[in-house]
Amino acid sequence: MLIYVILGLPLAAAVAAGILPWRRWVGWMTTLANSGVAFLGVLLCAKTVNHRALGALDGSLRADALSAFMVVVIGTVSLLAVSQTNRFLRAEIDRGNSNIRHSSLYVVLVQIFVACMLLAVLSANLGVMWVAIEATTIATTFLVGHRRTTGSLEASWKYVIICSVGIALALLGTVLVYFAALHIDGAHLTSQGATALNWTSLQANAHRLNTGVMRLAMALLLLGYGTKVGLVPMHSWLPDAHSEAPAPVSALMSGVLLAVAFYALLRFKAIADGALGVGYTRSLLVAVGLGSLFVATSLLLSQKDYKRMLAYSSMEHMGLIALGAAAGSSLAIAAVLLHILGHGIIKAVLFLSAGEIYLVEGTSIITEVPALLTRRPVLGGIFGFALVALIGFPPFSLFISELNMVRAEIAVGLTWVAAVSLVLISVIFVAMMTHGRSLLLGEPASMGDPRSSSRTFAVPLITALVASAFFGIVAWPLAPLLGAAARVVAR
Amino acid sequence: MSGSSFSQMLELASGAVLVCAILTLWRSDLHAITSILSLQGVSLGVVAGALAAHTHDGALAATAAVVLVVKGSVIPMLIRQVVRRVPGGRETSPLINVPASLVGASFLIVLAYLASSKITALSSAAATRLAPIGVATVLVGFLVLVTRRKTVSQIIGLLLIDNGVALVAFLLTAGVPLVVELGVSLDVLLVVAVLRVLATSMGTVSGAFDLDKMQELHD
Repeated sequence: MLIYVILGLPLAAAVAAGILPWRRWVGWMTTLANSGVAFLGVLLCAKTVNHRALGALDGSLRADALSAFMVVVIGTVSLLAVSQTNRFLRAEIDRGNSNIRHSSLYVVLVQIFVACMLLAVLSANLGVMWVAIEATTIATTFLVGHRRTTGSLEASWKYVIICSVGIALALLGTVLVYFAALHIDGAHLTSQGATALNWTSLQANAHRLNTGVMRLAMALLLLGYGTKVGLVPMHSWLPDAHSEAPAPVSALMSGVLLAVAFYALLRFKAIADGALGVGYTRSLLVAVGLGSLFVATSLLLSQKDYKRMLAYSSMEHMGLIALGAAAGSSLAIAAVLLHILGHGIIKAVLFLSAGEIYLVEGTSIITEVPALLTRRPVLGGIFGFALVALIGFPPFSLFISELNMVRAEIAVGLTWVAAVSLVLISVIFVAMMTHGRSLLLGEPASMGDPRSSSRTFAVPLITALVASAFFGIVAWPLAPLLGAAARVVAR
Repeated sequence: MSGSSFSQMLELASGAVLVCAILTLWRSDLHAITSILSLQGVSLGVVAGALAAHTHDGALAATAAVVLVVKGSVIPMLIRQVVRRVPGGRETSPLINVPASLVGASFLIVLAYLASSKITALSSAAATRLAPIGVATVLVGFLVLVTRRKTVSQIIGLLLIDNGVALVAFLLTAGVPLVVELGVSLDVLLVVAVLRVLATSMGTVSGAFDLDKMQELHD
């Protein structure tokens, strides 16, 4: 029942927003629906934390602690992003870039996008999960291209083509896993039928799957879902899409969509580890993780555009998460999940405030926006604190999760990987500090208009920052949940 | 259907899928390429239909019908509407010329057979032996995607990859479960619809049916 309501809320909001013409209260209604998702996600966590799993729809839908945790991440970040949607749409309409009909479409697509992500993490069937993740690409295409400029159209074109190719490879990988499941121990099984793609039965029979086929399948899955996560070698859509999309959409894509695609990899990793041992997937994950970190570092160093800076930083964090997953122990996966939550919240805050900066300053070039902190203290303060949290300062939760991932990597013998990643993190740290300084500090050329930031902007974002700091200091509400979720896929 | 005519039918239709993929490399007339794509969709439907008749599987027969309608007629129809707007209706500037890309395709087919050796080792069924053809179609689709610069050609490359994956799915597992297959078909259809809208608005906003003209975003 709980699962149906969680999936139903954003769908109902989408239908309502599709029928009614866009008004402010329609926006608030969708915000309410998303806060419902976050709240019910917490309830789902409470029910699944003691290793129980909830099923629905004849076992097609399934929620364990890992799914429940992902529901909370999706709910929280979408609540944050959707709470800013009204301001964004009003500003676009005032500037003549959009109209009521476009705004309605925007609200509907955002809710469908959220529903697809929820379906992806609540599905018991790996095929249905694939369908849901591919559907997120379709729902977000027009959101990326919402402004209909040449740049945003180019970004959406790249996004759809590259992600569709990636996801097609993931389907090929899924088909191979299914093929292996139908030929367990060399015998041809036809009786299993539809349940052969359920990851519970795959994980239980993992040690009997053919190793040759599973190796090929896992490589394709990592390449395919890795595209959607923004890992090398098929990452080139990410900076374009994230910098061209409207701020709330960038927040959702960077904050949760990448994480949902990574969730798919975690599920498949658990199966592949059972069939092949941990070594194979680990070496693949180390390769793409370090590759993504290298690319992100080199492009962050000389970055001139603050939105693209945030996009490459997402690549960096996905690389770190891949390295954490490569370690694969319970400690590592718990840290990976905490990092997903922390990165989701902080990156959403950053993209939303970057959108606000773009709105009031009219440019996304770092050097053209000096002394933000003196001119707009609230906006600059939020952006500054979030930037500090992003590069891993305590007390924010990203510090704890990065520390634990590195500890876990050393514990399983990946010391050199931990060392390389620490060096790259330090380089990125310096680069982001430099960019942040030229954006926030310095002498203001003029005071500009002393318009203060509105409360609907500041309150949700400051709350999110405080929450992130809280989870960095106090672990108790999360620790048992993270432990339970990690045990689902860790070895 | 008797055993030998079933496997002949399967071989013929699977082969046709790959031949269609190679033909798209050879032709530069986008109208002709769209017709070839339609033929490929029909061949794919025949593969599914033959498997369904052989195993007396009702769900698979339904899948075959869906594939025949979606990939054989609906998707080519959507693409034809985009092709009509391309001036001249030709792929004029591939990055690699036709003879070179045909040589490339033959290398890719060899590569597909090598890569699939682990798969074909697992089962001796007639359909499993043909799986490398699907993998080869995927690789040829990649070649089209990276060497062709018109927006329509990229959609076609994407569909070749997709048809290749679908062929592998039919041959290896007699299709993924029906609910998944329906979702996959719906997603493919929607992606093509989305790409059609994008290609059209790119044409009206910047006159760019050529991806070389779209170089605004870079580092």
